[in-house]
Order: sequence, then structure tokens, then C-alpha cells
Amino acid sequence: MTELLLVLATTAVGGALLSRHLVAVFDESRFRADELHRRVEAPLYRLLGVAPGVPMDWRGYFGALLLFNLLLGALAWLVFMTQAWLPLNPDRVPNLSWDLALHTAVSFMTNTNQQHYSGQAQLSHLSQTFAIVTLQFVTPASGMAAAVAMLRGLRGGFQWAGAPAPQPGRLGHFHVDLVRSLTRVFLPLALLLSLVLVWQGVPATYAPATQVTTLEAAAPQAIPLGPVAPMVAIKQLGTNGGGWYGPNSATPLENPTPLSNALQTMAILLLPVAMAFAAGPLLRRPRVTALIVGVMALTSAGLVALGVHAELQPNAAAVAYTDGPNMEGKEQRFGAVASALWGTLTTQTSNGSVNAMHDSFNPLGGMTALVGMFVNAVWGGVGVGLIGFVVYLLVTVFLAGLMVGRTPELFGRKLDLPTIQGLAVLVVLPPAVILVLSAVALWHPALAGTSNPGFHGIAQVVYEYTSAFANNGSGFEGLGDNTPWWNLSCVLALLLGRYVPIAIPLYIAGRLSAQRGAPETAASLRIDTPLFAATLIGVIALLTLLTFLPALMLGPIGEALALAAAR
Amino acid sequence: MSASVPFAPRFGPVLAASVVKLAPTQAARNPVMFLVWMGTLLTAVVVVRGLWVGDSVGFPIGVLVLLALTVLFANAAEAVAEARARGQAGSLRQIRTELRARRRLDDGREETVPATALRRGDRVVVEAGELIPVDGDIVEGMASINESAVTGESAPVLREAGGDRSGVIAGTLVLSDCIVVEVGADPGDSFLDRMIALVENAQRQKTPNELALTVLLAAMSLVFIIVVVTLPLLARFVGAELDATMLLALLVCLIPTTIAGLLPAIGIAGMNRAFAERLIAKSGKAVEVAGDIDTLLIDKTGTITFGNRHATAWHPVGGTRVQTLVEAAALASVADPTPEGRSIVQLAADAHAIRPQAARIVRSIAFSAQTRMSGVETEAGLIYKGAIDAVRDWCVQKDIPVPGDLPAVAERIARKGATPLAVVADRVLGVVELSDVVKPGIQARFARLRRMGVRSVMITGDNPLTAAAIAAEAGVDDFVAEATPEAKLAAIRREQAQGRLVAMVGDGTNDAPALAQADIGLAMNAGTQAAKEAANMVDLDSDPAKLIKAVEIGKQLLVTRGALTTFSLANDVAKYFAVLPALFASSLPLFAPLDVMRLHSPQSAVLSALIYNALIIPALIPLALRGIGTGAEPGDVLLRRNLAIYGLGGVVAPFAAIKLIDLLLAGTGLFL
Repeated sequence: MTELLLVLATTAVGGALLSRHLVAVFDESRFRADELHRRVEAPLYRLLGVAPGVPMDWRGYFGALLLFNLLLGALAWLVFMTQAWLPLNPDRVPNLSWDLALHTAVSFMTNTNQQHYSGQAQLSHLSQTFAIVTLQFVTPASGMAAAVAMLRGLRGGFQWAGAPAPQPGRLGHFHVDLVRSLTRVFLPLALLLSLVLVWQGVPATYAPATQVTTLEAAAPQAIPLGPVAPMVAIKQLGTNGGGWYGPNSATPLENPTPLSNALQTMAILLLPVAMAFAAGPLLRRPRVTALIVGVMALTSAGLVALGVHAELQPNAAAVAYTDGPNMEGKEQRFGAVASALWGTLTTQTSNGSVNAMHDSFNPLGGMTALVGMFVNAVWGGVGVGLIGFVVYLLVTVFLAGLMVGRTPELFGRKLDLPTIQGLAVLVVLPPAVILVLSAVALWHPALAGTSNPGFHGIAQVVYEYTSAFANNGSGFEGLGDNTPWWNLSCVLALLLGRYVPIAIPLYIAGRLSAQRGAPETAASLRIDTPLFAATLIGVIALLTLLTFLPALMLGPIGEALALAAAR
Repeated sequence: MSASVPFAPRFGPVLAASVVKLAPTQAARNPVMFLVWMGTLLTAVVVVRGLWVGDSVGFPIGVLVLLALTVLFANAAEAVAEARARGQAGSLRQIRTELRARRRLDDGREETVPATALRRGDRVVVEAGELIPVDGDIVEGMASINESAVTGESAPVLREAGGDRSGVIAGTLVLSDCIVVEVGADPGDSFLDRMIALVENAQRQKTPNELALTVLLAAMSLVFIIVVVTLPLLARFVGAELDATMLLALLVCLIPTTIAGLLPAIGIAGMNRAFAERLIAKSGKAVEVAGDIDTLLIDKTGTITFGNRHATAWHPVGGTRVQTLVEAAALASVADPTPEGRSIVQLAADAHAIRPQAARIVRSIAFSAQTRMSGVETEAGLIYKGAIDAVRDWCVQKDIPVPGDLPAVAERIARKGATPLAVVADRVLGVVELSDVVKPGIQARFARLRRMGVRSVMITGDNPLTAAAIAAEAGVDDFVAEATPEAKLAAIRREQAQGRLVAMVGDGTNDAPALAQADIGLAMNAGTQAAKEAANMVDLDSDPAKLIKAVEIGKQLLVTRGALTTFSLANDVAKYFAVLPALFASSLPLFAPLDVMRLHSPQSAVLSALIYNALIIPALIPLALRGIGTGAEPGDVLLRRNLAIYGLGGVVAPFAAIKLIDLLLAGTGLFL
């Protein structure tokens, strides 16, 4: 438990410090290493053929983001389908089927890293290091860029450093934001973390699998190797979650020591926390940071407490045999607390890497993971979590704004009808995707291929689609999920869950920035108060509960009651 | 809040209107209630099918009745608000339908026609003792008019052709002189008629905020449709068959019927409240926007100050003693009910302890538009007071010499921005200086506006020094001095350019562009037709401070919507806990522990939730009509209170209410 508190406290401090660097990166402030960076970035801009001088409107920004993502995604799809014939394939891995390749490409393109394959066995070194790791860098950078662009819109538009006024309707330049976040945030951090992981024993090599003769077996066992450490580093820092090996960070080759486990737990949370801290300064409203960090920290802590508590209970199906914590599906090396902490954080942050099997969590532990993904904005993925949070903020501002007797406004900009229509789409989208797809899959159990009957089977299916839609990527596992149905239906959930929740907030931010912000008065709704923070938590809880309570009942709650009744 | 609700709608017409509103074209205007209406029809299908195959239909019939009631209650809420609005406006309209007018024809002859036959541009002649038949502008003559029938103010007002005081209102009485009035609007097109049309269902347009809320409520309804439609498919996986009627009941419980049912009524009630304050809004949007006002531009004269209508100094001329002037002026003003008359008596008493000897008065001479003087006749002769040139005319007529220092004294007073008023008996005694005095209590009103977040800016033609002094005394936040009509317009644009919403109060023709430019233009009913046309609100009492009321009513409107939306959504928690365990009771009894209310039976649980859901609408109608809060508190106070009552209360209250209804239902013995 001391370890848990230490990890959380260190991450909070680290996030706060890192946020100052993020603000400098995106506010175009002067930089100590500016000259060095420019030497790298200028050729990149030339290569991309972009003119960094012209800030884009929301359409241009989102269009550039989508196009760039789709191009890389298409490239990855091609690589997965042709890897057998391409270089860097020492273990002779065959091509992926078209649907599995599509799901894998879209899954990594959407920063989800949901894996319907087993990494070390089904992907070549080329696929892993170039196709996958490239996307693992580019997608969180895209999310971070989108969040920054949205914040610029909310404060009145993009503003050059030193310019007297912002440019209404302009959100910034996508390629510049992308390149700056890559060269100044993700690459240095990932380099640092991967070096530490190598020091802890995570492999980093292009050598083929080593043959090891184990104690029991007569035949030698092949242990696949590769540049694992760099991938693990960006997998955690970029809320990606897709590991080199199938069992992800539960295997000693990805996560060998308690220190590597603690560092990876921190890395999961670091950038989402830093983005929350950076939001206030980027909005030029420092007090908003207190609201965002406060609400996220309280909600997150509540879910962590619930998740850790659930896993400290005996395994619900084996109460008769044990009174210790639930250790099914957990590494003895990490124990219940570190596993539950990881499990709740990885689902809150849209990371999705695992160091234990969520399928084996106690029902309420699994529910905590599900709820984290339903909310998906505490802390949420890099950038997109903050975007999701602002959506909740806008809904709350609408309700609370009416209750103070004014046309609802955020930072003096009124939420007009198109804004509310955009929010309405975002309110309907999660149940429309998660519940409808789950209902169809469960309607035809042959499609679903669930390994469990009853409530646990429902939980598995709902979890899979929730994980896809929330761009989380963690699996409840136990699903035979490499089928055309799962691959294609998840592709749909992945795309809708990634690009609609980025497009609409950018549209709203663009609209709001075109309005002239009115100065706040005594009658305005104040959002930097504990009262508003409590309202916001209430709205998040109410929306989640009202939308997903029946699904939770037929999933984890039903399972918990059934197991309790069986005793 | 004005408690006067003079029109209690009768039951019969409201019921009839509620049934008429079931027509699909009307019902479809409200998506959430339309959904309930569709649910009612579906339940009817279930009932008919049950009867056909011989199933027991007691429970579906119960649901059917409750769903139909929910729709009818929502319709009734709207009908009650409409009936009230119609009653309020109708009482005013009634006056004018019975009026007759003398229309002047092109050849100069006159013909008598009913007021309803008049068209825009017609000219009518009205003499002393007659009622003005239509709204319009005086184009010839001047008259004193008693407007008490419309404004409730008994003191007569002066209206004259050309200038800012030319507007006259139908139903008011001409007291003196004869005027020609040009008709301002065709019948059915006056702002009063438009206001009546606004509240009638067919023409009523949803305001931007109402639209936004409707979109959000529709989105929540769609979420619940998805939840309820997918629920049986998920449940089938664990072998549970769910009852279709119960699923429909769950859907109706979850969708925000409470706020959706009351939404039209809240909007109409906002206009009604404005009307009760004698503020006529030309659109529902105007009432709503009033709550958002950031800046109020307000003319100094007649609003912040009495407008050169207070006696502040005595100036004897021609060697007259001050004592003589004061006595004469006070005596001449005893019978004068105008503010300046009263202020002269007041100043005489305060500054010189002189009380006029009313016993000396033989008769009083009222102000007439011809002489432009008023006064008294005493045993010693006539004493008049009036404007300098009126007195000078009188002197010429009566061969009274004009003292040599009178013009100089008068000019000195005028140059200060004050008004000179001459007093004449057998000779010219002197001049009373009438000057601007800040209205008592005006500071408190601006302070109240400031608490509500409204910044007030005074506009005046005075020089900056005088303006600053008055601004400081009145407690306004800012002022624009030496203002021309163009300056007013510029001031509004400047505020708007900073993202502020601006209200402007005005009455003159030259205010019209500014009134049109402002987000809220509040015209005085006594003002010109042009001003009233340009404005989006008209105050029948011609009281500029009425803007405070307009802001409060606008805020109240939004607070009511927000609070009831929160209440409606918060209620869903309890409804889930009532209906979900009931839904699963037969097929998945393991969910019994979630039945935290320990309801009697699945059927009684669902019916209790539905009864609560239906009854809460009529229960909240009075609240919707009255409005929540006073609209005068600062934002955080409002938020804290409304969250406590409608947020937390909205979560807790239905648990208790549903349990209570269930106990009553169980008591009937209908449920085993």
C-alpha cells in the first residue's frame, strides 16, 4: 500500500513538473534546446510539405489529423498482410489475414492497441518496430495535438507568441503540433524510459528467438526476442497498451522487476496527468487546472480504492478454499495491490496494457475497470482524455448555467444550438456503439464465441466493445476474438470511438473561438469552485450510471450476486 | 414576484385543449412526449392482443391508463399556461374592441367607424372626454391624457405632435384639447396582438435556449431507447425473457418527461410573468435574452433623475422680495399635482418654512395646452406659473411689464442645464429654478443590477463634469457625456464588440436605431411609435427601471428550465431501482437485493413508478408557472440552492414518493 501511495504521489509531482514543459512546447515559447530542435524539425516540415506559418481552422486541423492517421494506418495494414515477404523477419512469421490485419492496423491507428493476435508469435520485427511502434508514437502525439488545438479554441483561437490577440476560428497547425510533441515530448521521454527498462532486463535486440532448454522439456523452447524495451516504453507513455508479447506486461520479459513495474505504472499515468495540469496555463486560466486535476484525482482515487479493495477480497468463486486476496490471473511477483492499481489505472487512462488478467478479477474489480472505460475522461488517453473531460464539462456547464439563470457559457462564450447538437451526438454515441454491438453479438452467441456462459459472458462482450470504443485496448480475454465478426465490428467501434469524439470537440472549439468572449460578471457561472467540481462529478456519475447501469447489472453485478448466492 | 394571478383557468376548456393537443401534428412538436404518446399506442396494441388471446390484461391496462395520463398532464400544463396568457392579454384587448372612432376622410369630413375597421395610416380625431380608439402617434395638436386604464398611473400626461411624446395608447382618455392621431398598426398587428399570438400554440416559435434543451432531452431519450431496446437482447443471453409492457414502462420512466412536459408551459409562463409586470415582450427570445444582459445603457433624464422637474432655487426679479416670490409660487402650486408643483411646495416649506394659505384660493386653474401655464385665483387676483416664453406671452396679452432682469436670470439658469419657471401675479415676481435631482432609491436599484451582474452606463447630453457628478451620486458604473443619438449607437456597438449583451431603454424617435441595435430594446409606452417598433420590449408603465424586472424574469425562466431538467434526470436513479428489479423479478430473482425500496410486487413497483412519473407533472405545474427563485441572486447562491433542492432532492424524493405510492397500491389489495 505504501508502494501504491508512493507511485501515485510521484506521478502527480512528475506530471505537474512535466506540464510546464508541455505548456512551453505548445505555446511556442522560447526553448533552451530550440536551435537543436529546429535543425531536426525544419527538414521534417519540408519533408511533409507543410507551411507552419498558417494556423488551420477546425476542419483543416481535423482533416490533417485524419489524413495523416489514415495514411499511416493503411501503410501498417499493408505491412501486416505482406510481412512474410518483407525483411526483418528472422522467425519466419506468416502474413496476417486481411481482417486481422485491418483490425490490428485500425487498433493501433486509433491509439487503442486492442490485440486480436499474439505479438511475439504473429508479427515480424518489421511489423512490430516500424508499423506498430510508429503508430504508438504518432497516435498519442495526434491526441495531444488535438487537445491543445481544442484548448486554443476555448481561449479564443490560436495566438502567436507575442501576438496581441488570438485569431478567432484558428486552432493551430496540426503538423507543427504533431512534430513538436514527437521531438520534444515523446521521443526524449521514451528514450529515457527504455534505457531504464533495458537496465532492468527488458530485451532490446534484433536477434531471432533464442533456444533454451528448460528443466522439464527434452526439446528446447524458443524464446522470441526483439527491440522490446523501446516498444514497452512508448506503449506505457503514449497510453497505447499494446505489448511485444501476448501476455503484455505480465510477462517477465516486458516487466521483469518491482522497479520496472512501478516505473511502468507511473508511465501509464504520467502524460494524462501532465496534460490535465497543462490545461489551465494553455487556457490562460490557471485556476481551471485546479478544477480539472481535482475532479480527475478524486474520481480516479475513488475508482482505485474500489478496484484495490475488490482484489484484496478472496476470489469470489473460491471463497470456500482461500481467505487471501484474489490471486487468480495475477503475477505472484506483483501481488494483488499492484495488479489492481495497474488494472484500474490502465482502464482509466485508455492505456490498456495489463500486468494481470482482468478476466480473473473479482466481479467488482472488473466493474471498476469497465467504469473507468465508460467514463474514459479520468484521466483518459493522452490528449483525448482531456477532450472527453471538456465534453463532460460542457454538459455540466449547460445544466448548471441554466440553473444560475443565464444562457450557458464557458469562458464568456455561449453554448449555442450547434454546440449542444454536437454534445448530444457525443452523449448518444457510447451506448449506440457499445450496447448495440454487444446486443448483436450476444444475440448470436455463435458470433460472439464467448468462453463463458451467464453474466460473465455478457461482461466479456461488453468489455471488448467498451475497450474498443474507449480506445483502451485491454482485453477481458477469454474471447475467441480473431474472427471476421470480432475484427470488423471492433474496427467500427474503434473508428467511431476515436475520430468522432475528436472531431466534434474541435468543431465546438472552433465555433466558440469565433465568438467574442464576454468578461465574466457576478452573475456568471463560476467553474473554479468546489461546488462546480462536485456538480461535475455528479454529472459524470449520473450520465455513466443512467447509460450503463442495466449493462453493469447483467454483467459484473449479476455475476457478483450469482457467486454470492452460490455460497 | 407579483402574486396577482387574476385568471384561474377553468377545468373544462383546459381538458378540451389537452385532448386537442393529442393530434399528431401538435404532439410531434415535443419529441419526448411524442415518444410517450407512441408508447401509449404500443401498450394499447399489447392490451388488444392480450384480450384476443385471452391473457390477463389488468397490468397492461394500468400501464396504458398511466401513459395516457402522462401525455394528458403534459398537455394540460401547456393549456393552463396558454389559457392564462390569453386571459391576461384578452382583458386588455377587450377594451379596444368596443371602441368607436371618428375617422377623418381625405376631403376633411369625418365618419364614425368601429375601432376594428381602422387601418394603418388612417387618421382619427379625438376630443376631450373621448377614449382614444387605437395605438398611434399624434400628428396634430396636443392634449393631456389620462392613461390610468392602461398604466394604472392616475396623474395625467401630456402628449403632443412631433417629438418624443407623441405616442398614444388605445383605451386611454383625452382630458383636454383635441388631437388627430395616425393609426400605428392594422388590427391584429399591434404589439399587443402579436404578444397574444406568441403564446398561441400554432405560431409559437421555440426560443434558442428551448431548442438547445429540446435537443439535449431528445439525446437523453435516444440513450434510454438504446438502453431499453438492447436490454432484452443482453438478458436473453442469460435466459431471461423480459415483459414488453414493463420495458415500455421502464422507457417512459427514464425519458425526461417531467421537464419535457413542462417545457412549453415554462416558456409561456415567462411571458405571462412579464405581462403581469406590464412588460410586453415581442418574442419569447426577448424575455430569455433579458436574463443575459451584461450592460444597461440608460438615459439620464427621466430615469436616473427627475429630469429638470425639481425646484432647487428662487430667483426674484424686478426687485421683488424672496419671501413674496416663495409665497406666490407655493400658492400657485398647491393645486398642482405634477412633480414640479409638489417640489415647489416642498422647497417653500423646507427652505423658508412657508406653507401656502390654501384658504385664500378661490379656484385653481389647471394646466392647459394652450396657455401652457397653471395657477390659482385668489381674493387678490390671479397667480400663474409657467415657462418663460408662456409667461412673456401672457404679459404681452395682459399689458404687464416684463422686468429687465428676467431674460438674463432665465438664461443663466438654462445655461446650467436647469429649467426656469416664471411666476406671475399682477407683475412678474421671479423665477423658480427647476433642476435635475437624482431619484431617491435609484442607487439601490443600480446596486441590485450590479449584484445580478449588470453594468449600468448612464447616457446624457450634459458636459462631462456634470455627468460625472450625477453618475457618482446615482451609483452607475460608467457614463457617456455629451451624447448624441449617434453616440448612443456607438456606445452600444462598443459594448457588443467586447462580447457583452446590451440593453437600452429609450422612448424617442432618435432612440430607435439604438433600440434596434441593442440586444434588448425596452421602449416606453409613452414614447413614439418608431421607438416601440424598434424595441423588442415595451413597458406599459413607461418606467425605465422596469428593466430590472425584465432581467429577473429572464433569469427565472432559465433557472426554472435548468432546475427541472436536473430534477427530471436525477429522478431516474430511483426509477431504475424501482423498475429494474421488477423487470427481472420473474426470470432473474437473484436481483432481489437491488430492490432497495422493498416494493410490494413487480407490478405494483412498475405502476408506482409510472404513477409518480405522471403525477409529478401536474404537481410541478404551479412551480413552472410561478418560476423558480426570484432571479435576483448572484450565480453561486442560485447554483448551490438549486443543486441541493432539485439535484439532491431529485435523487432522494422519488424513493420516498414511489415507496409511499406502492404502500397505497398494496393497500388496495389488487396485488398479490
